[in-house]
Amino acid sequence: MAKLRLQFCKEGRAVYISHLDLLRTFQRVFLREGLVLRHSQGFHPHPLLSFALPLPVGQASDCELLDFETDGQLKLAGLPEKLNRYMPEGIVAVDCWEAAKPVRELDALRCRVELLYDGGVTADTAKAVEELFARDTIVIQKRTKHKAMADVDIRPLIRELSFSADGEALILDAVVAAQNPGLNPALMAAAVETCLPAYRPDFVRVRRLMLLDREGASFR
Amino acid sequence: MDKRLERILPRVQKPARYVGGEYNEVRKDKSSVELRVAFCFPDTYEIGMSNLGFRILYGIMNDMPGVWCERVFAPWGDMEAELRSAGIPLFALESGDPVGEFDVVAFSVGYEMAYPAILNMLDLSGIPLHAGERDSLAPLVIAGGTAMYNAEPLADFIDLALIGEGEDEVPELLELYRRAKREGWSKKRFLRAAADIQGVYVPSLYDVSYHDDGTIRSITPLDGAPEKVYKRVVHDMDKSYFPSKTIVPSTEVVHDRVTLELFRGCIRGCRFCQAGYVYRPVRCRSREQAFQYGVEACKDSGYQEMTLSSLSTSDYPGLVGLCDDLEQFCRESHVNLSLPSLRADNFSMDLMQRLQRGRKAGLTFAPEAGTQRLRDAINKNLTEEDLHQSLRTAFSGGWNAVKLYFMLGLPTETDEDVLAIAEMANHVLHTWRESATNKNRGVRITVSTSWFVPKPFTAFQWEGQITREEYERRVKLLRGAITAKAVTYNWHDGDTSFLEAVLARGDRRLGKVLELAFRKGAHLDAWSEYFDLSRWEEAFAECGLDPAFYANRVRDKEEIMPWSVISCYVSDKYLWHQRELAYQSVPTPDCRTQCSGCGANVVEGGECSRG
Repeated sequence: MAKLRLQFCKEGRAVYISHLDLLRTFQRVFLREGLVLRHSQGFHPHPLLSFALPLPVGQASDCELLDFETDGQLKLAGLPEKLNRYMPEGIVAVDCWEAAKPVRELDALRCRVELLYDGGVTADTAKAVEELFARDTIVIQKRTKHKAMADVDIRPLIRELSFSADGEALILDAVVAAQNPGLNPALMAAAVETCLPAYRPDFVRVRRLMLLDREGASFR
Repeated sequence: MDKRLERILPRVQKPARYVGGEYNEVRKDKSSVELRVAFCFPDTYEIGMSNLGFRILYGIMNDMPGVWCERVFAPWGDMEAELRSAGIPLFALESGDPVGEFDVVAFSVGYEMAYPAILNMLDLSGIPLHAGERDSLAPLVIAGGTAMYNAEPLADFIDLALIGEGEDEVPELLELYRRAKREGWSKKRFLRAAADIQGVYVPSLYDVSYHDDGTIRSITPLDGAPEKVYKRVVHDMDKSYFPSKTIVPSTEVVHDRVTLELFRGCIRGCRFCQAGYVYRPVRCRSREQAFQYGVEACKDSGYQEMTLSSLSTSDYPGLVGLCDDLEQFCRESHVNLSLPSLRADNFSMDLMQRLQRGRKAGLTFAPEAGTQRLRDAINKNLTEEDLHQSLRTAFSGGWNAVKLYFMLGLPTETDEDVLAIAEMANHVLHTWRESATNKNRGVRITVSTSWFVPKPFTAFQWEGQITREEYERRVKLLRGAITAKAVTYNWHDGDTSFLEAVLARGDRRLGKVLELAFRKGAHLDAWSEYFDLSRWEEAFAECGLDPAFYANRVRDKEEIMPWSVISCYVSDKYLWHQRELAYQSVPTPDCRTQCSGCGANVVEGGECSRG
């Protein structure tokens, strides 16, 4: 059968499940439903499962995509509901379809970053943060794959950005580059911590809202 | 989720182990339950969630209407520091509620090095450590598990201990508690009533007096408490609960697979082995039932690995038939079947070869001693010829890694026995050279030795542990004798084994030492990252107690042991006789060949199931 794509949410207690643990969890969820995934053909066969854009631990998402293949024919209607009987708390499958677009066409990510200030968001804070993101370049240090620190300019990776305040939260609604290179939205909060130490938030929450293709439509 | 908790989780290692929410976690409406149990495992999530007994009792308690049992694990050091600095008390995973709010706080205690973690978890929960400081019925602090056959070092802290297998005992105790809660009993009245349940040991109902030399003069039951507390056992494994629907952790744990228990007890009777004595008699699950549970558990969990578990899997009567049945299911469902605790005999090797698919992992054998004389003394019925026959099969089948486990310091051990371990390793290498199919891949032979710890309820309960100097001398002796490049020698850290020997046969005076060591920072001492013997040495000195009194002293036949109120049905007379046979290097036949009259069969009405 063709490659299938499952969309799911990950939130609440499930945000702490890491990428590898999530792979294992999904393998088991499919087996609980009695679905045998197609396996690789090597000496140590492993099930063919991949996430379009791995989600960092601690972040929530409404729009995770998991690609998988099965050996037999599979009825897609009702599949998310069936799988949801076997999920850990906080992971909810919402839709499933035959994947037509390759993941490389995934272009951008709509997300929400909440900067939480226990004393409430002051006008000064809001102003300072807005001014920060109005700069042409925002250089922060990022750990590379080789564990060294490197400077990166995150500003060009932010495509759209708007601000709002809600009680203790200063909310950044953004569209950021998804890959090659992509921007982990948490780095927007890191930029505030680095460049505006006086306005360091007490806590940060990140949520992915939607994956976008090159035309700005929902990536499916 | 608690807002304060949400803030610390991003900073700690492996946060998934602190939040619960896994598949099959049991959630109940707390306003509609009568009795809440915080089921505590005094080690990390990864260890606790790998424990079959913990899963069995979690299932049994939650199957009781009106009872909600939730899990609590010891936090790793980073999490503990965060909890303490944020002022968050230890909480249960299911509801997130503080442990101090529960009716019953129950610890599953597998071994002695977990004791400090028990105190630490009580402290993190804000529960007074001493049983005497807790006047009300809740929280009632109880403990069970194999280590509780000698609960004396914990006597100051726990309200009661459950001896033996908990399947029937735990529900009986909880029913009594429920009644006590409903009727507003005092804690004192409850404890006295609980002591009448078989298997329940209430330390505060026994007065212990000592001779001047530190040995016990007498143990006197108070208030009509029973003279002897007999262990509880499951009589019929086919009627006993098996957790085929059980929590599947969302993060990797140590034993991340289906554990299918085939039987309790062991027919072998190794004289050093506490489990071998206290889990008598042997009780088997039928082959049909085992198969059904295995399949159900795989289907429900989605696990693709299953292990057949017991003290000595090769001794399961229906093993070949069961494996035949399981093999087909496993092949169709991509499930890997593994057989630990196999004996080194032909039968077991054939089975292993048949079930092995893909990578050939290393083989592990535990000869325990280097000479046949010493193996006869400890009643480890393994001959070197059996071992080499098995290895010939294995090496010619493509295996190329072997681990061999031994103990140093076994009673009657001489330098000749120690050096024979090195000879055995060389002999294994020789066998590989003779029978390996592909010599280019080389072979890895690992010899590991631990320092023998005498345990209560064994034939060696009267023995002294050899001194540290002697242990280190024997390690050095062996190290010098192992010369082949293909043989790696690992030896166990001495500090832990010494303290284990102290705590395993300790009396209730050790409570003070335990508490002091805890105050000095002993929290997760089962982990070498955190263990530090110097804290304990200071604690002993401050309490005026000598650890060598507990670890290294040979006891008299007549000495009253700290655990002598407890009985696992195996008589002292029998254990002493086994000790005498050890000194004559005379083995005892296994239980299936011939009953040697240990006494454990009284629980089965005088007749052991020979299975």
